Amino acid sequence: MRTVNFSQHDHYRNAVFPSPFHARQKEHNQLREWSRWSDYLSVPAYWCADMEYFAGRNACGVFDITPMVKHLVTGPDALPYLNRLMTRDVSKIKPGRVGYSVWCNEQGRVIDDGTIFHLEEGVYRICSQEHQIDWFMTNTLGFDVNIVEDTHDVAALAVQGPTSCAILKDMGLQGIEDLTPFGLTYFDFEGTQLMVSRTGYTGDLGYELWIGPDHAERLWDRLFDAGKHRGIKAMGSDALELLRIEAGFILAGVDFLPAMEAVRPSHTRSPFELGLGWLVHFDKGVFNGRRALQEEKEKGSRFHLVKLDIDGNKPANQSFVFTKDEKFAGTVTSAMWSPSAKASIALASLEAPHGKSDSRLELQGHSPLQQ
Amino acid sequence: MTDSRNIVIIGGGHNGLVCAAYLAKAGRKVTVVEAAAQVGGAAATREFAPGYRASVAHLLYLLDQEINKDLALESNGLSIAASGLDTVALAADGNHLTIGADSVEGAGLSSEDKAAYKEYRRFMSKFAAVIGGLHNQVPPRITYERNDLITLGKLALKVRLLGRDDMREFLRIAGINIHDILKENFDNPLLKGALSMDALLGTFSGPRSNNSVFTALHRMSGNNAGAAGAVSIPAGGMGAVTDALAAAATRAGAEIRTGSPVKQILMDGMQVSGVELTNGEQIAAATVVSNADPRTTIMDLLGARNVEAGFARKINNIRAKGNAAKLHLALDDLPGFKGLSQEQLGQRLVIAPSVEYVELAFNHCKYGEYSAHPVAEITIPSVHDSSLAPDGKHVLSAIVQYAPHELGAGWSEGKDAFMKVVFDLLSAYAPDIREKTVASELLTPQDLESEFRLTGGHWHHGELALDQFLMLRPVPKSAQYRAPVDGLYFCGAGCHPGGGIMGSAGRNAANVILAK
Ligand SMILES: Cc1cc2nc3c(=O)[nH]c(=O)nc-3n(C[C@H](O)[C@H](O)[C@H](O)COP(=O)(O)OP(=O)(O)OC[C@H]3O[C@@H](n4cnc5c(N)ncnc54)[C@H](O)[C@@H]3O)c2cc1C
Repeated sequence: MRTVNFSQHDHYRNAVFPSPFHARQKEHNQLREWSRWSDYLSVPAYWCADMEYFAGRNACGVFDITPMVKHLVTGPDALPYLNRLMTRDVSKIKPGRVGYSVWCNEQGRVIDDGTIFHLEEGVYRICSQEHQIDWFMTNTLGFDVNIVEDTHDVAALAVQGPTSCAILKDMGLQGIEDLTPFGLTYFDFEGTQLMVSRTGYTGDLGYELWIGPDHAERLWDRLFDAGKHRGIKAMGSDALELLRIEAGFILAGVDFLPAMEAVRPSHTRSPFELGLGWLVHFDKGVFNGRRALQEEKEKGSRFHLVKLDIDGNKPANQSFVFTKDEKFAGTVTSAMWSPSAKASIALASLEAPHGKSDSRLELQGHSPLQQ
Repeated sequence: MTDSRNIVIIGGGHNGLVCAAYLAKAGRKVTVVEAAAQVGGAAATREFAPGYRASVAHLLYLLDQEINKDLALESNGLSIAASGLDTVALAADGNHLTIGADSVEGAGLSSEDKAAYKEYRRFMSKFAAVIGGLHNQVPPRITYERNDLITLGKLALKVRLLGRDDMREFLRIAGINIHDILKENFDNPLLKGALSMDALLGTFSGPRSNNSVFTALHRMSGNNAGAAGAVSIPAGGMGAVTDALAAAATRAGAEIRTGSPVKQILMDGMQVSGVELTNGEQIAAATVVSNADPRTTIMDLLGARNVEAGFARKINNIRAKGNAAKLHLALDDLPGFKGLSQEQLGQRLVIAPSVEYVELAFNHCKYGEYSAHPVAEITIPSVHDSSLAPDGKHVLSAIVQYAPHELGAGWSEGKDAFMKVVFDLLSAYAPDIREKTVASELLTPQDLESEFRLTGGHWHHGELALDQFLMLRPVPKSAQYRAPVDGLYFCGAGCHPGGGIMGSAGRNAANVILAK
């Protein structure tokens, strides 16, 4: 079942679609709340965000990532095309491997971040938070390459947590324990192809499972069946948010404003300003943002992304950051009380030169009182 | 290996030659590689029928006089056959108008219109000088750097120095359409039609299109002696200008190679390293300057993949839809134009009977059709210069609009039919034109594109409009003649200050390269 049938010309009447896992999500969704993620209905929390978080950290949490925007990049120039598009050297991502990357505009500001799956020689899948087809098509000028957005053709689940490997093994994925981080491999699943990558957004052991939408419910059932004695739980986006902040991963639209959406260019961020300088490879030839990033590297960045460890136990959401002598230093972009670290932690974007060396800063809009 | 002293210039159009001459004069080692068998680009004088010669660009009105002097074009062979030509606004009934630098004469012209014409010339000349004052400036970037601020300041000062009323008027009309201005000033339809042509030749616009006052001012913005926009005809056609430029460049030490099309611009890492010709020969150079239009330069010669996607998109989106076709007729004898004396045949003849007629002519090209009733700018240069045709014979050279580059029916189908339309048009004014014609050549924008390698067959290598001018030309952030590729420069009409035989783009580019 394709969740969106574009041949029925009235698909546009619905802005939001049920995911191919919707029937199963509905069974688990005790809170009966739905949110929107990109083109799909998503679940913020099935029964208790904190408990779902603990499932993800201590056992296994299952999160529907079908809504993630997916593109297939093929054709003779797929690699040079991606290398001009991405800041990192895509030639280093061998077949069967996955790489995290960002892509920038001419000003060297991040348009979005995402993962590049090298599915087989010369065939790539790009997953991103935002719709990118317009920019990706713009980038095809001068390249012999095919770009398809196939978001609706692939159902996907993130299976995250320490028992995930054992569960997948029990489900019958033989040899899954040999898959190294950022590797991908294929299994036969009841006569269809199941792709499994050792990737995720939690910083923990975890996998992502990719399959045709027609097989989505069977996959869910087999997975939960295999996991029932290993603490498997459906996990909503609130729990995932906690897991990703703990892991120190940034989120488009939250920790940075995607460059295509910014009204004021000064509100956008470069990879360096997001702590992603390691993804910028100047030794690979021309890529979008190269000139601007080279200049930034020489002249210095405007912002630094920092991870804060905050006194007290109150999440520091929406706080401003000041120096000891009360000078404005920046803003908190993501914050949480981390149950695992037993600490109030946050990601913050500080104006240069702050964030390079200051060891102590003050927060405003945030009460230091213990709660 | 890259020879760091070598400079290769792709294209020996007039701008490429100017650039070559200035660079060579400054002691640089310069090689010009021109695809065609002769230099000159769209200015070259070519034989179009045995014994008959003409150049696509036929009237000289923008050539920069400093360049003329610096490069000693006269002693390099340039002579002017006729200058200060009048414009004759043709009428099918023979009641034409004669439009001069500061007066207009003709049957049925009111004294108000005559007076208004003087005033029109006064303010248009003054405003054109503001634009002309920018021609020899490298466009400023929007930065706080000193040179950029000085250039912007000079522009502001020029506008301010117009005086309060004229400044207000300049700012009012610079972005609007020529139809409104002509309507404000004149009654006579023929006068308005003919004057509107100054705004429209070579552009994708009609009299009511925005920007058309700007293009009219641009045409008048040269710094030649005499009245603003004064028109002359070089002896030997426009090719005489480019031949003189080639002689100046060669004399200064530049090497010019014709019949040498460049296939691609070579890169060594992130830096330009030379060019490869279609015959496979490579010429090493750390600096490559392109006189080809920006789209050809980036999309075809460099390859879009060698620049960032945002830049490639901007270059690819440059509006360059040529509309001007060029007609060359080999004539047995001078044709008879209704109401014109033999002497008047040597003037600039314009067919544009009213602004409404011109607007209707433009309408067609929006829909991929040629005008059913086109407009034309006609010269018979052989009246002044017998070298262009066999003894006693003549050459007629006409720009005919509108003939869209993308003709819906396709030009292989449409060309003969359009030729008939053009002959019918001319016959209405010169009934014996068909009998006098012994050979003809019609160059559609497609032909101009393939013969002169002009994207879209476009006069200016890209539409001349306020959003594609000064620091926005060819595209924002590369208006300093520099492409965003180390060692690659633009020097053609696609850059500031645009097309027309002027030379400023070539010289400004040379200055940027020399200042490096
Ligand atoms: C129909 C028509 C009539 C015109 N009439 C007039 C007029 O009366 N008066 C006037 O002032 N202007 C006129 N113009 C405008 C004028 O001709 C142009 O603006 C001017 O020629 C531009 O000069 P340029 O040197 O920048 O480029 P071009 O003259 O276009 O020269 C570019 C050169 O680069 C060469 N080149 C391109 N690609 C390659 C390659 N890959 N390898 C090697 N060489 C290459 C071309 O062969 C060409 O010689 C007219 C234009 C048109 C189309």
